Amino acid sequence: MTPVVEVVDVTREYVLGGGRGVDAAVVRALRGVTFRVDPGEFVAIVGPSGSGKSTLLHLLGALDRPTSGQLRFSGRDVAELDDTDLAALRNREIGFVFQQFQLLARTSALANVGLPLVYRSSGRAERRERAAAALAAVGLSHRLGHRPSQLSGGEQQRVAIARALVTQPRLLLADEPTGNLDSQTGADIMRLLRGLNVDAGVALVVITHDPEVAALAPRQIRIRDGLLEPSTVGAERA
Amino acid sequence: MNLAEAGRVAITAIGANRLRSALTVLGVVIGVMSVVLLVAVGTGARNEVTAGVEDLGSNLLLVVPGSFDFGQAPTLSKFSLDDVERVRRELGGAVSVSGNLASGETVRAGSVSAFASVLGVTAEFDSVVNREVGRGEFLSESDVATGRRVAVLGSSAAEALFPATDPIGKTVTIAGLRFRVVGVLDELGAALGVDRDSQVLMPITAAQRLFGTRRVDTIFVKAGSAADLDAVSQRLQGVLAERLDPEEFSVLSQQEILGVAGQILDTLTLVLAAIAGISLLVGGIGVSNIMLVSVQERTREIGLRKALGARTRDITSQFLVEAIVLCGVGGLIGIGVGVGLAAVATTFTPLPAAVTGWSVGLAFGVSVGVGVLFGTFPARRAGRLDPVVALRYE
Repeated sequence: MTPVVEVVDVTREYVLGGGRGVDAAVVRALRGVTFRVDPGEFVAIVGPSGSGKSTLLHLLGALDRPTSGQLRFSGRDVAELDDTDLAALRNREIGFVFQQFQLLARTSALANVGLPLVYRSSGRAERRERAAAALAAVGLSHRLGHRPSQLSGGEQQRVAIARALVTQPRLLLADEPTGNLDSQTGADIMRLLRGLNVDAGVALVVITHDPEVAALAPRQIRIRDGLLEPSTVGAERA
Repeated sequence: MNLAEAGRVAITAIGANRLRSALTVLGVVIGVMSVVLLVAVGTGARNEVTAGVEDLGSNLLLVVPGSFDFGQAPTLSKFSLDDVERVRRELGGAVSVSGNLASGETVRAGSVSAFASVLGVTAEFDSVVNREVGRGEFLSESDVATGRRVAVLGSSAAEALFPATDPIGKTVTIAGLRFRVVGVLDELGAALGVDRDSQVLMPITAAQRLFGTRRVDTIFVKAGSAADLDAVSQRLQGVLAERLDPEEFSVLSQQEILGVAGQILDTLTLVLAAIAGISLLVGGIGVSNIMLVSVQERTREIGLRKALGARTRDITSQFLVEAIVLCGVGGLIGIGVGVGLAAVATTFTPLPAAVTGWSVGLAFGVSVGVGVLFGTFPARRAGRLDPVVALRYE
């Protein structure tokens, strides 16, 4: 079975200080990370701030490229893809759920959810139909015309989840999905994500520093100082 | 993202910041309005001059001092009444000839006074330049021969000086000398704000004495028909060259005057359009500025769209379409206001503005072009944003 995403000895370095000066400092955010996520898996990536968690998230989201090592989505190495291919890959294979929801203001829930389909040239009718179905799947059929400002935090995150699902991705990438929610609503959101993971068979990667959230995942990967903790990667089936 | 979708996004974005969009568009509105209006004024002036020259008739030749060319400084006339006489004699019965001498003077009738252009003319002037006498009669040959102090008034000069009475037989005073009014001309109408009916005509001999000169400014020659014009022009130049240097006079037909006048007025129109174009350019810079602010403000939106699969060119075209819609809307409003103001100018001022199709088309085309030109830089900047950086932008 082809892994959804495969990370092989990946490093990511940033050059600070504008990159031109002699004083430019190199930050090694990831120093050789290897793991894979299989279809339908639920993985939590846990680590304190500054651990390289965000960098890893950006790589798993195909928003960024590794400095060295291989990053493969469904077997395709991102080194062989140009920016346009990466955009298409994000559109087709990855669904994002952000801590800040990242919904467009002044835009209905339905239009927010249909947004990814705009970038694959779906017709308006098809977009509306699929967006409505995705909103139904997260229990918001009664909120299609509402704008983000008219929705509660939990409802906004559900809209964001519907938007991530509408393209039927292979990988659902959630960055601190409960970070802006109270614990009860957070638990509901995690239940929803878990349900989608099980029912729709979409691989779910949750990045969090919340141990309670992490504990829901069958597999946890701990990251610290740009490296994965060996004990957690040990869970990897060879 | 297709064009219709980009248009919808643009309209949403423009609508979200109504006041700012309106102020941005204002610059383009003013620019386009200026182009339409100023070109209309220039074209209107050209039409007026053309009509004025055509009023003189197509079989008229003018002899003017110096060489008549665009950019040529005016030259003092070396013509005399002898030249007029010689032309009349040599060219014979096929043509009628009139000389004139002009000056602006204050004309008085009792306690009323008016400023008028005083023209000294020969007795054939009315028939040569197609003027009709409404009341009384025109100057006679003997008036001119003897330098009699008589005058024929333009219709508005007559109205100004004699508002309540019949001017025929009354007296007007010009520079201390008294002239008896023998006739009033029919109304001609104003051209370019110049009242052509405020003239006062008198025998050229009397005018020469009044102004203390032997000079004649212009010689008018009317050929029997337009077909004779070339032949008459040839003979006329021959007669004048007997006494004058070729540089001291020019023989012009209506077509030549129209050509030179048209050249001057086309240049005027072009200069006006160029000035208006500068304001359009400034409007475009305003659009560019606001688009940059808009890109900055929507950095996170751009990051999100990229995360959801927008390609660089999707983002670029989104912002480019927004700039074009802004400028296009501004262009349409500007055309509307420009056409409206042109109509107002025609109604309430002596400047008849003529809106031309090409200026409207050009103004709209340029405003959309301004959108493309000044939208490209902000749009490309938006398209090139790194999604990682853009998503974290606060």
